[in-house]
Amino acid sequence: MNDTALQYVLVAMLGLPLLGAAGALLPIPSALRMGRTREQALLGLGVIVTGAVLVLAVVLAAGFDHDHPGTMQATTDLDWIPALRIHFHLGVDGISLPLLVLTALLTFLCALYSCFSLPKGLGPQAFVALLLLLETGTLATFAVLDLMLFFLAFETVLIPMYFLIARWGGQDRERSALRFIVYTVLGSVIMLLGLLLIGVKAGTFDMVTLATDNGSHLSHSTQLIAALAVGLGLAVKAPMWPLHSWLPDAHTAAPTVGSVLLAGVLLKMGTYGMVRILLPETPGGMHTYAPYLGAFAVIGIVYGSLACLALARQGNGGDLKRLIAYSSVGHMGFVLLGIATLTTTGVNGALFANIAHGLITGLLFFLVGAVKDRYGTSDLDQLSGRTGAALYGRAPRLGGLLAFAAVASLGLPGLAGFWGEMLAMFGSFKPAAGLSRPAYLTFTAIAAFGTLLTAAYLLTVLRRVCMGDRETAEARPVLADVRGYEFAAWTPLAALTVVAGLWPAVLLGLTEPAVRTLFGGN
Amino acid sequence: MPSLVQSVDWVAVTPVVIPAALALVVLVADLFMPPERKALLGWLSAAGLLAAALTLVPLRDGHRSTFCQTPGAACSYTADHFALVVQALVLGGALLTVLLSLTTGTTDATGTLPSGEYWFLLLSSAAGGALLPASRDLITLIVALEVTTLPAFALVALRRGDRLAGEAALKFFLTSVTATAVSLLGISFVYAATGTVNLSQVAHALGHTPGQLDHLAKVGVALTLVGFAFKLAAAPFHFWVPDTYTGAPLPVAAYLSVVGKSAGFSGLILLTVVAFRPYADVWGPALGVLAALTMTVGNVGALRQRPDAERGAVGLLAWSSIGQAGYLLVPMAAASSAHDPAHEIGTTVAYALMYGVVNLGAFAVAALVTRTAPRGRLADYRGLYGRRPLAALALAFFLLCLAGLPPGVIGLFAKVAVFSSAVGAQHGWLAVIMAVNVVIALVYYLRWTALLFTRTEAAPDQAAVGAAVRGGGAEGASGGGRVAGAVPGQTPGAAGAAAPAAGAAAGGTPLGLAVAIALTTVAGIALSGAPQLVLRYAQGTLL
Repeated sequence: MNDTALQYVLVAMLGLPLLGAAGALLPIPSALRMGRTREQALLGLGVIVTGAVLVLAVVLAAGFDHDHPGTMQATTDLDWIPALRIHFHLGVDGISLPLLVLTALLTFLCALYSCFSLPKGLGPQAFVALLLLLETGTLATFAVLDLMLFFLAFETVLIPMYFLIARWGGQDRERSALRFIVYTVLGSVIMLLGLLLIGVKAGTFDMVTLATDNGSHLSHSTQLIAALAVGLGLAVKAPMWPLHSWLPDAHTAAPTVGSVLLAGVLLKMGTYGMVRILLPETPGGMHTYAPYLGAFAVIGIVYGSLACLALARQGNGGDLKRLIAYSSVGHMGFVLLGIATLTTTGVNGALFANIAHGLITGLLFFLVGAVKDRYGTSDLDQLSGRTGAALYGRAPRLGGLLAFAAVASLGLPGLAGFWGEMLAMFGSFKPAAGLSRPAYLTFTAIAAFGTLLTAAYLLTVLRRVCMGDRETAEARPVLADVRGYEFAAWTPLAALTVVAGLWPAVLLGLTEPAVRTLFGGN
Repeated sequence: MPSLVQSVDWVAVTPVVIPAALALVVLVADLFMPPERKALLGWLSAAGLLAAALTLVPLRDGHRSTFCQTPGAACSYTADHFALVVQALVLGGALLTVLLSLTTGTTDATGTLPSGEYWFLLLSSAAGGALLPASRDLITLIVALEVTTLPAFALVALRRGDRLAGEAALKFFLTSVTATAVSLLGISFVYAATGTVNLSQVAHALGHTPGQLDHLAKVGVALTLVGFAFKLAAAPFHFWVPDTYTGAPLPVAAYLSVVGKSAGFSGLILLTVVAFRPYADVWGPALGVLAALTMTVGNVGALRQRPDAERGAVGLLAWSSIGQAGYLLVPMAAASSAHDPAHEIGTTVAYALMYGVVNLGAFAVAALVTRTAPRGRLADYRGLYGRRPLAALALAFFLLCLAGLPPGVIGLFAKVAVFSSAVGAQHGWLAVIMAVNVVIALVYYLRWTALLFTRTEAAPDQAAVGAAVRGGGAEGASGGGRVAGAVPGQTPGAAGAAAPAAGAAAGGTPLGLAVAIALTTVAGIALSGAPQLVLRYAQGTLL
């Protein structure tokens, strides 16, 4: 397919959900409802729009020139706000394409899932509008090539996610939602200052131009300040230890689809920004900060795993959703470690782990949400009682899927979780020239220890949730096993986890040349 | 000998003359109009302001000036781009205020706003506000400032028998007069040091002040700026704002928050960037500190606003307007160290245009809600989405614009422009303080927005009306002495008037309010799609 057609596909991907969000807020004429209730019609609209966006994403991926993933394709470049030198500049390359497809897929699955199990809250109208607005923001973050537009997209997701948590969430939702948005906005305003500094000093906000320059127009001190400011904003989002403390609360309070999108897509915006902005545009600054980033990353890995271990222990009253949120801190630590190596291997690993985490943790949050629906609680102690919840016996398919997602998450070879973390540690074993090898070897060792801890807590969770004595397994009332719509929402994630695990070249073939371009083509 | 008779370019001054003349017409017509047809006066005022705004179109080249000492030089009135843009803001703001007043004026809780005087005062003030950005000498500037402010005192006090309004007006009046006196003293010092009142000539003379007059000139510069900082409600001259806004009729508060502020900032811009340019090293840091202080005081004040406070909604908008005034000052502070100061102040103008549109929109929705919930508490907005979805969505949009978060795209980019001017002028510290303030502001704007979308179980409309009707009895007693003490004798009267008003409102939104909300919403959305419409002023040189 030629580039002009792809260009329209990409613009339509951003425009459709925005139009859909506006449409959801308008009254639906009864002629279009075709006999359904207003609620069904609205939820149907959400599925149709997100489904169309997914189709467009697949078309984009199919039409993408896979021989040149390092060059920007489907580019649109229009003068939008000349006063601030802001261009409406869009494009995809091998780095952003997988993330776009992941976003479109996860949002579609969430829309589909909520069609059948809409969380209690403000009603479907606002829900669908917010979900679609969220999709616009996330897709735009991965598709824009202008620093100010990136900031705009980065901010666009905040209001929808805030309301999804605050209006459809569980216990303590208002406070958690406010905490989420205050943390992120504080980070992103500081990021804005850094982006403006880059723009003012380099004379352009264009990410392609800035990446090609490789920071040659920025003095070292400018790079240091800009990288610190931008990095802080992105690190809050990622989240990097010790800026992660908003995440567990937000995840615990959020409704299932909110958690899935938060973990699956929103966290990726932080690490994507580091790869897309910091690595190529302020290489000097990144070189200085990389060891610190690496150190924080491995602390995050160990900290997240230890927190999970503590939550998983009997008698601690650990919440399953909170546990998976902490496990995200650990997994995103691997992504950050991969970036901190400043090598193509490490960054490829980071990008792979990004996608893998999106698939696996998305699935995990779906499953935990389903468990919570069935039991009415996600408190591990209440769930498992004294001997274990015996999910294998009570709902074998659900238990099986949970076990699958858990072992994928702990990085079993052959599933998606393995490659990214291994490549990140590989990169850390031999970091870029000029970085302290001993320090990175230590990081590698600590990260490897972190994988052991990860396995430990996930297996503990499996033992307590999936296993149990015969009495519990045969308890009444019978627990509903995986329902039809749940299968529809979860199968794609499970299938892709296997595909990415067995055939990593699908992803690495896309990211590898693009990462080489980022590092200046060497 | 030069001719003593000046030729006046009447076309250039029409945007000022129309509101002034119309003010007199309305005042006289009021005497001869039967009471039931007095609503016509409001529509007449709206039409006049619209006509005045339309006369800006043929002037858009921005080359005209009049009242000149010598032909084409040292003019007292200049219709350049800066003047035209601010005039558009002032006249547009006044027009929206008229639309807001069309209903509030007649169905106000006390029902005693004298219409003729009201329109007269509003139009006079608007004429002053339109004159101010075009004035190019110190005397015209101070006269314009007073013409803008003096009617405003009366407007604030206009609600007869309301003790709160009287107190608000007196506070406003005393502080304002003091500030003006200080300003006049400063102007006299400047005149003494330079021997001229024309702004550009002052700038020229200040560059060559003899040594012994240097201190006099510096003191004069500082004192002059104080008066205008007061009008802009910059901290520490802000304390009159919350009391005045909450005490004034709601449309008047809306008017002060936009037109009053634009008078303040355009005067400050003219003084600093044009007249006192050689002293940039004096006023530059001062404005920077003022900006930081103002935004912090305003935002922290707004954050402390209690949801159940009487007139808390207007109180919050009042405090937040102080915070927004702080953002307006940032590009001016940045202008002091810029190569071309006239370039930087365009950002202030662009921000003010955005702020004017969305703030008036927020006030318009507040006016709508106040019709059914006369106590004006923030808590009255709980679950508004369930009762009036469109109004709630509009208010949410305006608040998010003020907070600078998408979907309020224009608010975001206006803030980006301000940040950009601070970063570009090496005012990193100011940018960081502003960043923190944006986060503080986000908290209270978002709290209010979240309140709109609260799930409500009971039918809240009836609950609110019921509470208002019971106000004199159960609620007034149980609310304790504080509520009753704040508005003694008001609650029963308000409740009695509220019941029919609420009944009338149930039939629909009044036309004026609906038009005002629709106008501001459409403008806000259009600007969000094409921010260049206002941000282009941040790009070019206006003065």
